[in-house]
Amino acid sequence: MSQIRPLSFRLNGVDTSVTVEPRRTVAEMLRSDLRLSGTTVGCEQGSCGSCTVIVDGEPVRACTLFAVQLEGRELRTIEGLARDGSIQALQEAFVEEDAVQCGFCTSGFLVLAAAALESDPFIEDEAIDALVSANLCRCTGYGPIRRAVRKAAKTTRRAT
Amino acid sequence: MRHLGRPLPRLEASPLVSGRGLFTGSMQAGDHLAMRLVRSPFAHARVTSVDVSGALALPGVVAAWSWSDLGDLPPISYRTGDTGRLDGFRQPVLASDLVRYVGEPIAVVFAEDPATAEDAADQVDFRAELLDAFIHPVTSALGGSSDHATVALVEQGFGDVEHAIASADIVVELELEVGRQAAMPLEPRGLIARWDGARNLLEITGAAKIPHIDRDLLADQIGRPASRIVLAEGHVGGGFGARGEIGPEDVLACLGALRLGRPVAWLEDRREHMTAAPQARGQRHIARVAAQDDGRLVAMDVTFMIDQGAYLRPDGLRIAELTAAMLQGPYRLDAFRALGDVRLTNKTPAGPYRGAGRVEGTFVRERLVDAVADRLGLDPVAVRRRNLVAAEEMPAARGVTLGEVPVVYDSGDYALLLKRAEQTFALERLRKRTRTRRSKGEAVGFGLAFFVDRSGGGSGDGVRISVDDTGTVEVVTGAADLGQGLETAVAQIVADILAVPYTDVRVVHGRTDAIGFGQGAEASRSTVMTGTAAQQAAEKVREKALAAAAALIGVSADRLMLDEGEVRPIEHSDAPGLPIGAIAHALRPDRAAALALPHSPDSAGLSAEAWVSLDSPTYPYGLAAAVVAVDEETGAATVERFFVAADVGNAVNPKLVESQLAGGAVQGIGGALSEELLFTATGEPVAISFADYALPTADQVPDIECLITDDAPSPLTPLGLKGAGELGINGAGAAIAAAIDEAIGTPGAVTHLPVTPARLRAVLRGVS
Amino acid sequence: MTPASFDHHAPRTIDEALGLLAQAGGDARILAGGQSLVPAMAFRLAQPSVLVDINRLTDAPGLVEESDRLEIGPLVRHETLRRMPSRTPLGEVLAHLADHIGTWPVRTRGTFCGSLAHADPASEWGLAVVALDANLTLESASDGPRSVPASEFFAGMQMTAAREEEMLTAVTIPALPATARWGFAEFGRRTGDFATVLALVVHELKGGRMTGVRIAVGGVEDVPRRLGPAEEALEGAAPSKVRFEQAAEIASEIVEPLEDPLSDALHRRELVREMVLRALQRSTR
Repeated sequence: MSQIRPLSFRLNGVDTSVTVEPRRTVAEMLRSDLRLSGTTVGCEQGSCGSCTVIVDGEPVRACTLFAVQLEGRELRTIEGLARDGSIQALQEAFVEEDAVQCGFCTSGFLVLAAAALESDPFIEDEAIDALVSANLCRCTGYGPIRRAVRKAAKTTRRAT
Repeated sequence: MRHLGRPLPRLEASPLVSGRGLFTGSMQAGDHLAMRLVRSPFAHARVTSVDVSGALALPGVVAAWSWSDLGDLPPISYRTGDTGRLDGFRQPVLASDLVRYVGEPIAVVFAEDPATAEDAADQVDFRAELLDAFIHPVTSALGGSSDHATVALVEQGFGDVEHAIASADIVVELELEVGRQAAMPLEPRGLIARWDGARNLLEITGAAKIPHIDRDLLADQIGRPASRIVLAEGHVGGGFGARGEIGPEDVLACLGALRLGRPVAWLEDRREHMTAAPQARGQRHIARVAAQDDGRLVAMDVTFMIDQGAYLRPDGLRIAELTAAMLQGPYRLDAFRALGDVRLTNKTPAGPYRGAGRVEGTFVRERLVDAVADRLGLDPVAVRRRNLVAAEEMPAARGVTLGEVPVVYDSGDYALLLKRAEQTFALERLRKRTRTRRSKGEAVGFGLAFFVDRSGGGSGDGVRISVDDTGTVEVVTGAADLGQGLETAVAQIVADILAVPYTDVRVVHGRTDAIGFGQGAEASRSTVMTGTAAQQAAEKVREKALAAAAALIGVSADRLMLDEGEVRPIEHSDAPGLPIGAIAHALRPDRAAALALPHSPDSAGLSAEAWVSLDSPTYPYGLAAAVVAVDEETGAATVERFFVAADVGNAVNPKLVESQLAGGAVQGIGGALSEELLFTATGEPVAISFADYALPTADQVPDIECLITDDAPSPLTPLGLKGAGELGINGAGAAIAAAIDEAIGTPGAVTHLPVTPARLRAVLRGVS
Repeated sequence: MTPASFDHHAPRTIDEALGLLAQAGGDARILAGGQSLVPAMAFRLAQPSVLVDINRLTDAPGLVEESDRLEIGPLVRHETLRRMPSRTPLGEVLAHLADHIGTWPVRTRGTFCGSLAHADPASEWGLAVVALDANLTLESASDGPRSVPASEFFAGMQMTAAREEEMLTAVTIPALPATARWGFAEFGRRTGDFATVLALVVHELKGGRMTGVRIAVGGVEDVPRRLGPAEEALEGAAPSKVRFEQAAEIASEIVEPLEDPLSDALHRRELVREMVLRALQRSTR
């Protein structure tokens, strides 16, 4: 048996402590240990982006990061972003553009887009198109997601 | 506010944009056991031994079973109840003496957590003698029934094909293939089973698409009454046909819960999904078409072979039957024959995937039409136009059947759709521009494909509506939601009839304990069937409300109107109305009698039920068109523009329809250019992750341009509804193939989907 | 897809990390960005019993550009290179290549050195170090540092000259002359996927003639490599379409392409010709 480790980090603005096996990924820790199932897992090998979270301001795939690597870091998930209102423009745009069908990939796209808009509120449409190519969606055909992120970017820019 | 026909935002979206979706993996009980399958690493082998003792020795492992531990468990049966000739092709729950594909379950482990279960699965000792794997169904024997690999032949047709071909001006023969692909929903499959000893009830969450049918099948498999099983779906991360086909895993999870007395969660991982979930397409065709010099099509004769994989799934021979039944598409023919040969191979069993049989058939038919146009030097669009079944010929009997049901197109004005698509998308100008670019040396082309789809039909879809005291409406359906927007569409239909906002309509679906029967969400049926049932039940509720209000207000029902959730006299439309919630309150069983309201003891409260039965399905139709640029040096094809025009009879919510078209189209683009499940010569799957199976990414696909028409409402239902779920994907492969042909200036060049860069380079080498 | 159990160590210094590697006796793997290793562990293709997580190193060199060279430490992420402010030719090449790696979330984690150590034949960085004549510093607790030229580093598909107890602690790339020209081309199925074939060309134009021509390809064989005969065909020549085509043709003839179910050897050979040609054309834009 391998070690069980105590681990402390900030989760959606709150100091959090858990104990985990080293092989626990961030995605599994969120879903199983912390019961935050908004971070979905579609491939477990870093391809689909459904499990995208934000670590210290950067988008990261939670299935390729071990929980033990989070020690002292700041982790944000879809639940936190939805609660603090910071992705309201994105949420509204996703609904308006019908960018949500089954919704399984939605958290990942929202978190990815949130990270992009935070890092560059003046992100251009072409960069948004490239951004959206990072994650997989099997329902929408991507057009609505592209349009939604562009729309939210416009709203965010106006507010900035 | 009117709802029907408006592009309203979907009701389902709100929890999903906040991370509050309850997908299968999010619903584990605290004390569940994790179930893990041990799967065969061999495509074909004789099992020598399966020893689970190593797994049992690990701390945290509760049980580990191989075939010998299962007892007398029947193989997975067919939904159709088909027995007899197909009995031998069913999949055992765990392999006994033979394994027949890589990924076939050979043992199962139950442990306290998924990681331990996976560790334990690695400890199961599996020994087997390798046998030759049968990977490529023999083409020379196509159509022959003597080969041991043939499961069944499926034949459809009418007229004298041989005579028609012999007397036609031209005959073209093509060999066409569609590679193996898969639905590949973003959420892998999963099932949670929990035996509730207090109520003697097995509760199952997960298998979606056809909850009632799946419940019945599972009840049979595990030998329990269906009434002692409840199947309830949560949020579903996409289905596209592949999810909800009962397989060994579903049976084992139920069995685990019953035998071990603990809730069991089976959550498939992606790698498992790639070898265990139903795969699709994998169809090879030898196709002949006969035509007259003026471009009139005379006959089609298609022999096709389906690479079924190791076993039949619960859908039996449905895909072969669909291919044969729908192959004619929108064209008039004097004679037609389709012969399908379903072959077993040592690969993952095939099953349904969005557009099953129609994607393949459309590719074949439209390639044939393109070949006729080329041979005769005619414009391919013009050849299509001249052969379309005319609006005046509707309803059009097609001389074939699907199962026992004759194929009769219910309605359609194909020529009008073509005309409207040409206008809306400015296709003539687009084709001209494409020609100009080509004349300047660019390898760019245009392609178009026409198709007819099939949606709904049959019996078993019902709806029960009840209104509560606040005026909120509950609509209980037997349908399922896989992300298509069922709740929104049904709410829109009901909202208009009961004059309430659609946000006040709660739609229940995917629960076998909520309603007696249901046909779920397959074959593009939910809006047609459940939508129609909802409309009829809502009308009954409305009548009941008006009758009760008439008694309460003292005005006859025919002089009352229902508007904005209130009943008021037509003559006094500005008078304060009686809210529908108040009527519901008055109709409560304990009050209705006291108030002397018209009520019936067997239909208490403001509620009603309706069931729909259609002798024949509806036939939506459409066309796909594409502009594709080819990089001739590398073989890469890029879809620059993609169009779908479709007639759905009556679009309940055009935005949701458009989303269905666009999403389907992009799956179709993937199937046309990049998605393929390849196997090595010894039967190992090449694609075991998303890194190997090239789903389209956003940068590979344009925004899909859609035209939704409702020129041909179905005469079969009052609202004229037709399904939209499988229209987007249907013509993509055919249209893209035609566009690539044109781009590289070689008619008939594309004969094999997907047109991967390597495959296209091979074509181009042959040309130069 | 849960990795097999392992012990996790997050050393603060390189020496500590090297000590852990030595102690594990070949059963350890270094965890940097984890974008290749963690998926391999999820598939249980890799089952190390010890992970030496170097993300907490405090003494690891970063990204340092001097007038004559660029030094890249073990924790420099792809995204850092993509956004590097350098306007030297070498800085531009690396930033351009970084832009072709994975997707943003992959680039924020994945590291330059980790990619080299993983030694995927289609890695942009493998191609870069070979084309740019980089030197790689490998260190172990017992033997200290040693320097290995990039041309000798790659030993095969996902195999390198690094011994099990060694860590790739730095890569030094000589600066390119201010007048250097470069061109890059790659062919892949999707943006973000590993490429099927990629080519990098570097040279200088002096008096209208090409000198110091370097042509490297990746994804073709089991290691990235320079294509001497193709380089020689251009050395001293004036750039022209015909010359470029000749060199590209030579390139496609001298490679011995890998085959996989998605691209046969013939297709890869064609892609070598085309990618080399395109890289050459881009180098003279």
